[in-house]
Order: sequence, then C-alpha cells, then structure tokens
Amino acid sequence: MTLLSLQGIEARHGLLPAVRGISLDVAEGETIALVGANGAGKTTLLRTIAGAHKPAAGRVFFAGEDITRVRAHDRVRMGIALVPEGRRLFPALTVEENLLVGAQRTRPGRWTVEAILEAFPLLKPLRDRRAATLSGGEQQATAIGRALIANPRLLLLDEVSLGLAPIAVEGVYRSLQLLIDEGSTIVLVEQDLTRARAVAKRVVCMLEGSVALEGASGELSRERITEAYFGLRRAREAGTWAG
Amino acid sequence: MGWVNAVVQGVLLGGVYALFACGLALMFGVMRIINLAHGDVAVLGAYLVLVVLDHWNVSPFLAIVPVLPVMLIIGYVFQRAVLERSLRSGVLVPLLTTFGLSIVIQNLLLEKFSPDVRSLGGQAGSVVTASWQITSQISISAIGALTLGVAVAILGGLQLFLAKTPAGRRMRATAQDPDTAELVGIDSRAVYARATAIAVAIAAIGGLFLAVRSTFDPFAGPTQLIFAFEAVVIGGLGSLWGTLAGGIVLGVAQTIGEQINPEYSALAGHLVFLVVLASPRGGIFRLRGASA
Repeated sequence: MTLLSLQGIEARHGLLPAVRGISLDVAEGETIALVGANGAGKTTLLRTIAGAHKPAAGRVFFAGEDITRVRAHDRVRMGIALVPEGRRLFPALTVEENLLVGAQRTRPGRWTVEAILEAFPLLKPLRDRRAATLSGGEQQATAIGRALIANPRLLLLDEVSLGLAPIAVEGVYRSLQLLIDEGSTIVLVEQDLTRARAVAKRVVCMLEGSVALEGASGELSRERITEAYFGLRRAREAGTWAG
Repeated sequence: MGWVNAVVQGVLLGGVYALFACGLALMFGVMRIINLAHGDVAVLGAYLVLVVLDHWNVSPFLAIVPVLPVMLIIGYVFQRAVLERSLRSGVLVPLLTTFGLSIVIQNLLLEKFSPDVRSLGGQAGSVVTASWQITSQISISAIGALTLGVAVAILGGLQLFLAKTPAGRRMRATAQDPDTAELVGIDSRAVYARATAIAVAIAAIGGLFLAVRSTFDPFAGPTQLIFAFEAVVIGGLGSLWGTLAGGIVLGVAQTIGEQINPEYSALAGHLVFLVVLASPRGGIFRLRGASA
C-alpha cells in the first residue's frame, strides 16, 4: 500500500528553484534513502513532506489523503514526523521535556517516554539535563526519540549522521536498524552512500532539484550512484565532461 | 531613616511596575513582540472595571473577576485576527500594529468615557488608606503590600504554569523555536494567541491597581507603558523574575530620586534605565526566553 505519494512537487527558496517536479511513491514499511550533493534539494523535499516548506506546485498525498495544504503540526497528528537537520532540539528544555513536547499530539502506539529511554539507554541518566548541554550523539538520540514519541506512520530523517563522531553514528544507525526491522516507513536523507545503500531498500539520487537516478539499493552499483550524485552522466551527455 | 523608608516605598512601588511589565515580558519572551498598546490595554481593563461598578455596587477587586475572561478573549482574538498577520511581515510591522492599536484604544475610550480623570480608589474601601506603622518614619501601605503580593503571586503562577504544565512547556518550546515546534506537533499560532490572552488579562489587573492607587484617563496608557518597558529592560528582556527585580529597581530609583528632590523622581528611574540599557550585560537577568 502506498503511504506517501508526491506528485510533481516543485519548491523554491525565494525565486530559486530547489525541487523541480519530483514525483515519488513510498510504500508502507519501505525505507528510502534520498542521496545527492549539497544543494540537490533533499532537505527541501523532506521539509515539504513534513509541511515546513510550502510547495510552489504539485501535491502531497498521505495515506490517500491530499495533505498539500495541511499545516506541519497537523501532519504530526496524522502520522508524519521529521528529525530535522542539525537536530533542532529546544536547548533550554530538558531531555524529558523535549520528548514530552513531541508527545503533545501523539497517536496511540508503543512509543512513550519510558520506551524511548529503553530504546536509547544513553539518554536514561540524562533525562533531567538541558538539551543544550548534550553531546552531538545524545542530541541526535533525543531528536529521534522526540520524533518517535509521536508514534509516526512515516519517519523522515534529515542527515542524522551529520557532525557526529563515528561511534555516535554507529549508535544512531543501530537504533534505526531496529526501527527498519520492525517495518517502520522511513525516508532518510544521507550523504554517506555506503550507509544509505546498506540501510535503505530503495535509493533516490537527486541532482539540482530533480531525480537523477532511482532504484533498488541492491541493484544500483556504487559507481552508478556516484555518477548520478555528481551529475557526471548529465555532463557527459551534454558534452561538458570528458571523463 | 528617611532613606530606608524611601527604599521600602520603592520596593512597594516596584510591585505596580512589575504588574504592568509582566504581560509585556511574556509577549516579548514568547513572540519577540514589544506591545506598544500594553499600557492602553491596562487602562482599557480599568475602564471595564468601571463599567462593571456602574452596574453592581461591589469592590473593584471583585469587579475585575468578570473583566478577566473578557480580556482573555480580547487578547486571543487580537492575536489571531491582527498580530498573527503582522508577525509574518518582519519585526517592524507588529511594532507599528500595536502602535496603531494604542491610538485606536485611546480614541475609543475618549469617545465612550470622555477625557475626565477617574479613580477607583473611593470604591476600594479602607485598603487604600490603611497602613502599618513599622517605626516613626517607616510605614507600609496596605495597597502597596497588596500590589506587590499580587505581582509576586502572578509571576510565581506564570512561572509554575511555564515550568510544570504541558501548555507551559509548549509555550517555552515555541518561544525557543517556533518552526521546530510546528514540526513536533505544536500549533504555534494557538500558543501565541494564548500568550497574548494571558498578557492582556494580566495588563487588566495592572490597570485595576493603577485605578485604585491613582487616577486614570483615556491617555494614561503610554506613561504606564514607559515604566513597564523600563522595568522589563532593567530586569532583562523576556525574563519573568527579572521583571519583578526590574520593577523594584525602578521603583527604588524613583523614590530615592524623590527623596533627594521631588522633581527627580521620574528622572532617577529613567537614568537607571539608561545605565542598564548601555551596560554590556543588558539587564539584571540575562535573556532566557519565557522560561526564565
């Protein structure tokens, strides 16, 4: 069953086009990785799905319902949760308060504050600590927990490994793998191609706001993704690259 | 002993300023808006109490009870209908909007109630004149103590609300990052409207105490706004307890100035305000949003 359907999405930053006519379907239980260079439009697309960025054209359907005009906070209630780039925790709130804020309009489900603390044991001794005092890995775990506590049907993850120490990245991805194994529907933006291919069933490579390559992660070689990632094939076809 | 009495009276006076300032601090802390109509909203509250007293012969402290829900609704509707739109247009537009509202309120009050100077002191009973004589030169007025007590109670209640309730948590989160608040399921516009509603209701309480302790007319708002603004800045923008401290510092500065020369009262307050404004720290309490 298709959970999320994007139809001809276009998004701009002022006059600058960031996403150009993207159509994409995400099935329930599927994990999709959006890859691409900086400025490819991945974050804008994710924010458009979450309702934080208004599309200039196109429609967003969630569970068969047109949610293009639905505001971000109502999309959370419907089951869409975003872990934003840079974590964006509320710095003066404690870890527990950050989680509780995410639980304000929660859907029924297994994720509670206690369940989050069980899933991310490193947060247990930190529940009364202000978010501003946490390390990057601890902040990322809190940000993921804050999204999970809404018991989303669709989890959007934007560059969860960005700026983290390798050991923290391992911890975050271990937790994500558990969610994927449980059959959660996830769309994640990831710069690390190896990790993206390992985690996702399908890889969508974006270039300059449009889809340059799409396919099952097992069927796409690293070389093909890299070509699409840097726009080498397009450049070759246009005769501007001799490599 | 005159100096000690000046300080005591300044502390009590600080309660009035803190009452006026805490709604202003709440709105600034949550929305980063300086409501230039705050003093006029307080005066509007005083006039609404006057209207209630025209129909029922009760104490002004009872007459404020039906006024508070009306002010809550006025604040909520004002935010949703007017301020919400202006907030989308940058920092200057809300300032101009509240300035415009200030003029509208003043002229509506003038139209409805005439420019006559009023006071509710006569209907407030013995609390206005009662005092405790501590020494031969130090006395504490009952209305001063009541004002300070109400200011502390309101600030404490607001602090508890922000720290301990889910609605308060939502307000603090929205104050820190409204975009992310939306992404975790918080309707930031509704939170803003609630903050304005609370601020407007508290302003009405400030207006009540102004009307009981002193006199008011349709154009009394801007003066109250200046003192409230000074208290907020002295205390540290957006800090609730800083507002109380700022009010007290302003009150003490004014009474000490008055002790030196009655003409120096307001001037001394303004000088303290300027010194704090020019200092690198910028307020007794540093800015910590509405969570302070």
